[in-house]
Amino acid sequence: MTNLADIPKVNAKNMTEKEFFYGHKACAGCGGSIAVRLALKVLGERTYTALPAGCMSAVGFIFPQMAFNTNAIITTFPGSASMASGIAVGAKALGQKDVKTVVFAGDGGTADIGFQALSGMIDRNDDVLYICYDNEAYMNTGIQKSGLTPYGTKTTTTPAGKNLPGTTTHKKNLFEIIAAHDIAYAATASIGYPQDYLNKVNKAKHIKGATFIHVYASCPTGWGIPIETSVEIAKDAVDCGLIFLAEFEDGEYKLNKNPKQFAPVKDYLKKQGRFKHMTDENIEVVIEHRDKKWSRMRKNWL
Amino acid sequence: MDRPKKTEFKFPTHIDEYPTGPQYAAGYLPETNAGWRTFHPVVDNAACIYCLRCYLLCPDGTIIKDNGKISFDMDYCKGCGVCAHECPVNAIKMVKEQL
Repeated sequence: MTNLADIPKVNAKNMTEKEFFYGHKACAGCGGSIAVRLALKVLGERTYTALPAGCMSAVGFIFPQMAFNTNAIITTFPGSASMASGIAVGAKALGQKDVKTVVFAGDGGTADIGFQALSGMIDRNDDVLYICYDNEAYMNTGIQKSGLTPYGTKTTTTPAGKNLPGTTTHKKNLFEIIAAHDIAYAATASIGYPQDYLNKVNKAKHIKGATFIHVYASCPTGWGIPIETSVEIAKDAVDCGLIFLAEFEDGEYKLNKNPKQFAPVKDYLKKQGRFKHMTDENIEVVIEHRDKKWSRMRKNWL
Repeated sequence: MDRPKKTEFKFPTHIDEYPTGPQYAAGYLPETNAGWRTFHPVVDNAACIYCLRCYLLCPDGTIIKDNGKISFDMDYCKGCGVCAHECPVNAIKMVKEQL
């Protein structure tokens, strides 16, 4: 295996001029499309792209439009990882060496519906990079709660009212669940920190075997934020500690960003329409959950 | 070619012209997205420090690197304003579209 420290870094100055996700019909300011576009620019032209039902397949394949400039296919909702397995093995059987298979699935297609296929793909250690763009609900079908929807979110299936603060459960620990498979490489990222995300995709590109990246991607439509702030909000989420940047490699966790002090959670939440109803007690629940998680991470991962 | 261009879609007239499945050539774009905009970005190249943050973060990839300057592909810019909002020196302004 090549030494991962020696891989040349990809940045805005030296990355390819070619666009592989272009002319798509995603909402203006879509965070998920930034995640897909940047990842494909790192992975390059010789990439097989598999997408389950979700925003990115809905906006990229409106017949006869084909927004993907790579080989791309829509998979069944629960079977994106297993189809990617098949593509990777097929490419190997054909003797193709310089190709990579990548999956772009939303949070619902990863943490809920596509989970068993993903687990099996990691178990077989097929040469697939699985990227989960997490916009914290089923946005394509009109904002329903998923396994990665955080506490207090107002969605159409968990409406906020007098008795309930919207979603009453916390986000699944998806990154730890994936890492528990003893995967070769897993990471979390945010589109608010694009260089960090590029480095992680670049690293995963050079690892043979199953790799996983969980990227936090904002959704202006579903979150109720102005379209131009979609990157800013993804950065704020990291700064206030609700999203963390970490890597799992060779059985070791690594925390990439360990801030001494967090930005106020309330400011982050109150910028978004989906959290507008939250009371101070609800916000306390969020902060308490965050602090517990961070003390656990700082104890075990540093 | 760095970016695909708009291609006119000809509706199939004969059974032989129909595709064998719901698939098409990569990068086939039958229409533009320009009609989505109410504001469009304008760059002040004198103020621009060419940090390429806008280039990285454009959701549609419509920012073009052009020998130390940036320009926009107005066919596919949706006018979301992420570039103007993220610019560290405020070199990009959003200007209302004139009809």
